[in-house]
Amino acid sequence: MFTLIGNILRCLFRKPVTRLYPAEVKPAVAGARGQLHIRIEDCIFCGACQRRCPANALTVNKQPKSWTLDPYRCIICGYCVEICPKKCLEMRPDHFKP
Amino acid sequence: MQTTATRAFPTRNTVIPFGPQHPVLPEPLQLRLVLEDECVVEALPAIGYCHRGLEKIAEKKDFIQNVYLVERICGICSFMHSLNYCQGIEELMKVDVPRRAKYLRVVWAELHRMHSHLLFLGLVSDAFGFENLFMQLWRVREHILEIMEKTAGARIMLSVCSIGGVRRDLDDGQKAETLRVLDQVERELEELLPTLMNDYSVRQRLCGVGLLPPDHAHDLGAVGPTARASGIPMDHRQTGYAAYGDLDGVTPVTETGGDCYARIMIRVRELHQSAELVRQAIQKIPAGPIAVPVKGNPDGEVLVRMEQPRGELIFYIKGNGTRNLERFRARTPTFANLPALLHMLPGCQLADVPVIILSIDPCISCTEC
Amino acid sequence: MGEEFMLNNVQEITPDRLVGEASLIKGQGCRFVTVTCTDLGEAHDLIYHFDDKGELRHLRLKLPHGATLPSLSGVWFAAVIIENEIQDLFGITVTGMAIDYKGRFILAESSPKAPFNKLGGIAVDVRVRPAAAAEAAAPGEAL
Repeated sequence: MFTLIGNILRCLFRKPVTRLYPAEVKPAVAGARGQLHIRIEDCIFCGACQRRCPANALTVNKQPKSWTLDPYRCIICGYCVEICPKKCLEMRPDHFKP
Repeated sequence: MQTTATRAFPTRNTVIPFGPQHPVLPEPLQLRLVLEDECVVEALPAIGYCHRGLEKIAEKKDFIQNVYLVERICGICSFMHSLNYCQGIEELMKVDVPRRAKYLRVVWAELHRMHSHLLFLGLVSDAFGFENLFMQLWRVREHILEIMEKTAGARIMLSVCSIGGVRRDLDDGQKAETLRVLDQVERELEELLPTLMNDYSVRQRLCGVGLLPPDHAHDLGAVGPTARASGIPMDHRQTGYAAYGDLDGVTPVTETGGDCYARIMIRVRELHQSAELVRQAIQKIPAGPIAVPVKGNPDGEVLVRMEQPRGELIFYIKGNGTRNLERFRARTPTFANLPALLHMLPGCQLADVPVIILSIDPCISCTEC
Repeated sequence: MGEEFMLNNVQEITPDRLVGEASLIKGQGCRFVTVTCTDLGEAHDLIYHFDDKGELRHLRLKLPHGATLPSLSGVWFAAVIIENEIQDLFGITVTGMAIDYKGRFILAESSPKAPFNKLGGIAVDVRVRPAAAAEAAAPGEAL
């Protein structure tokens, strides 16, 4: 009947497992997919990322030159990062702040 | 359906709607329960609360974008859907996946199975009121989600499977970290699982509840742990897709009770089986490329199936030579277990209904894609 | 459509022989798996899948628009769920089901009717934004 007694005693004398968010924020894990960044000076505005995006989150115009990302549509899959011919897109590990 | 027995005094039937919102249900599902005093006599399902028409969207996007769409069918078993889809398209386009990619797929698939079973065990403990065990089991599950984030990039929607292989590799540091996390998870489970399996109050709630005899399980088309708990040895990992053909210990885990306790015991034993499979796969993983390039378009029709944590997942994929698919149909295991659920409910008490529904591990968002 | 990559173990039948063939298959101890429906334009292509101790067997049936389909729920009760879904999503009338939801199983009253049928002559390209739809190129242009 007292199978969990060891676990209960340990939980009483240990600091809580949960974090006091937003006072404490979890450090970003290296290699995680958090948000999309672009080095705009390398972009050639070919539109390949706009055609391949599964969620239609990117809009690229040649005249006037613009590259827009809708962060609420982005599903952070990383497909655009793979197919960019100039490799100017990258995934950073920290997420968008609300 | 069972017929009601006649009694000396007139009985009154009440109809209680269970759902669509209920604290134990992970997704909305409505069951109209016809009750006679406190005993359930009949149950009628009503689904459609999270129908998103994903099969229709899959016809509008091209077959590579569909990998990201298909993995969002479910929020618990998402890697299995993308793995099955990639295997289907690879069979249709005759793509030969490198061996290293197959082993990596097995590693992530079994880690995903462990997280799904831990989620289920926590929910079922919550269903009969044991909230402390629910919190502790989900705390153990956090370790698995963190290792998936470190290796694949995200906690649940891994997006790591692609047509022709996988997108990320495991280096030696990550392999050692995975083995360390598995040891830690098994150590923590050693002190929690005896409570789940042997405690007196837990057994009172689970043993003898929701009986499903083996012939009924076969007739109603039950799959996965629901069928294996009644003694039917059905496990699609034995067909040897991905790297399962090279690993030992891929045997169906069966029980003979046919009640809720048997269905839970199967998942507990499968947790240990998955940990062993991950360790074997990490040790045997060969060197080589992780993906091959894919050219052309899918043409023809194919039916692929695999073992998801809840049972047999079947995809029917039909291509017509263009980049868009002609038809994509997903039949998930909860869809096949629903008739078995409707058979288990008559005869039980009202307080047992949440436990029985959760014991088939319903994933309604998978059911209505 | 490539003909070299089709399913194996397919038996083509007509709607009136469906229940008889299914009873034979049940007598051989097979398990009912599912039913797949595809809209081919002038007819619906229904494929019934069964599992025979690990091997899959299929029954293929072409149903012209407007024809009714006999239900398999007398043979397998599990078929009632998928047949109600096909009735809702494809607009096919299924007769003789054990539980008949009459079109309200998965769709609500305000939902479009038979949403999974192909729209004649139109294939919508989701990459075209609504504002740019007026000057869009030929519809159905997938990359």
